[in-house]
Amino acid sequence: MGSMSYRTQRLLIIIGFLAVPLALLCIFTYYPAIRMVYLSFTDYNGYSANAEWIGLDNYKTIFTNPDFFGVFLNQIPYVIVGVIQNFVALMFAIILNSKLRGRNFFRVMLFLPFIMNAVAVSFMFQYVYDTTQGSLNLLLGFLGLESLQQSWLGNVNIVNYSLASIGFWRFMGYNMVIYLAALQSLPSDMYEAAKIDGAGRFRTIWSLTLPNMTKIIQLNMFLTLSGALSVFEYPFVLTKGGPVGASETFLLKTLETAFQFNNFGLASAMSIVLLIFVIILLVIQNAVIEGRDKNK
Amino acid sequence: MKKIDPIQWLKYVLCIFATFVVLFPPYVVFVNAFKQQQEKSSPFALPESFFNFENFSVVIERANIITSFSNIGIIIVVSLLGNILLGTMVAYVLGRFDFKGKALILGSFLFAVVIPTITTQVVVFSIIKSLGLFNTLFGPILLYVGADIVQIYIYLQFIKNIPDELDESAMIDGASLFRIYSSIIFPLLKPATATLVILKTINIYNDLYIPYLYMPKKELAVVSTTIMRFASNNQAQWSMICAAILLIMIPTIILYLFLQRYIFSGVMGGAIKG
Repeated sequence: MGSMSYRTQRLLIIIGFLAVPLALLCIFTYYPAIRMVYLSFTDYNGYSANAEWIGLDNYKTIFTNPDFFGVFLNQIPYVIVGVIQNFVALMFAIILNSKLRGRNFFRVMLFLPFIMNAVAVSFMFQYVYDTTQGSLNLLLGFLGLESLQQSWLGNVNIVNYSLASIGFWRFMGYNMVIYLAALQSLPSDMYEAAKIDGAGRFRTIWSLTLPNMTKIIQLNMFLTLSGALSVFEYPFVLTKGGPVGASETFLLKTLETAFQFNNFGLASAMSIVLLIFVIILLVIQNAVIEGRDKNK
Repeated sequence: MKKIDPIQWLKYVLCIFATFVVLFPPYVVFVNAFKQQQEKSSPFALPESFFNFENFSVVIERANIITSFSNIGIIIVVSLLGNILLGTMVAYVLGRFDFKGKALILGSFLFAVVIPTITTQVVVFSIIKSLGLFNTLFGPILLYVGADIVQIYIYLQFIKNIPDELDESAMIDGASLFRIYSSIIFPLLKPATATLVILKTINIYNDLYIPYLYMPKKELAVVSTTIMRFASNNQAQWSMICAAILLIMIPTIILYLFLQRYIFSGVMGGAIKG
């Protein structure tokens, strides 16, 4: 190759290096997205050769039939718990970024759940939540708090909070490490100046740390919210959507619609709705960030 | 004498409480994995003996733990090789050259992040099937290589920090562009590669969705699907399930404790750059 001119080499490299990645990108991201838009207007069943065009019927079903749209309500607890999780993570990041004996030990401990296998974690929590033998109820009994004992996965009002708490347990440390990274990249002379000015601990956090962290907080919030929209593992493993559909999530419903009821058209429409929600979320978030920047 | 700072105390209380919450579920799993079926002690109590390995041998025999470890191992290694190779190639071209259509290509890679892989499975499933890759290890491998593009983000950020002068002086020495990629750029991207290896290994090892959907065959079970099958076949046999959970957690926990420094910097690097 050395004997070729750099012009020819450049051309060869550009084509040769981009061909496979671009092909993969088209096959696995853009083609499916476009085809899904088309399928969402049909009654495709996944195997027959032709599908009939049914216009907006699938979308009508999703937005009028509470069986479908209602499942979004089940995801609200994941959002609530996710927001709390971010605040707690930020708090621990600030604590573990300050002077503290054994802070490396605490960092290692709090991050530990993130590396554990999601399915193993789900079954671990089945044992925690079990009504009669579960360690949570036994612990409450041990502490004299019998009145709080619950059927954690059997009570329709609580089941989604129980499942969302597993996500809290697993990802709080991960969020914390990301916040820690952001904290460590803040310039230290800024803090020294604040100290000289006599700013107290909480005042420093409130008017110095937090304003400089908005971007990373937004990023974490977006990850949390889009994660909340696409919850899958915990209800799939632990409750199969029960009791009486109380913990069914949109993604669980989509899979069921496609692969059990062979209604790929409807399932595609559901995926598109989910996709649009994620995009709306992104747009709102960007608008919020830009609006804030302008106000400054 | 030092003044006692109540806030400092509060910090310790919070950290210790959080550590307790983190360790409580694994502790219960740990002690119960060693209990015999007929041991009727409270879930918190220690087992009669920590040398009762019967549950573990039953799990290894019935659940094909070893096969599932080797399956996920193959998937991780091949996917990572693909990710590293393709990721560095794309980053080299997009980070170093200017050409017509570059903005469009860059934009299409970056916009793809907005489309979550999980939403397109309805169609991707039929693509994998028509490629004849359903129920093979290559289906998931292809998806982990082709459908996830975080690596391109990470490499593009890192390549910016490699000075262009290095390329230029190599060109004066008459090195070919391919040689510049393979002996200058590729080795200098090593820190990014380390980040990538860590993030992807954790993601792939923990993924349930893709192996469940694309490899239902029993011989192709990976760790996630194995434990799911085992637990639903042995419901209410808690000590067995605990042993299975423990078996698949121990390797990652040991790796984590040894590599925690690199894992932290990997997660931090990936986040800040992204």
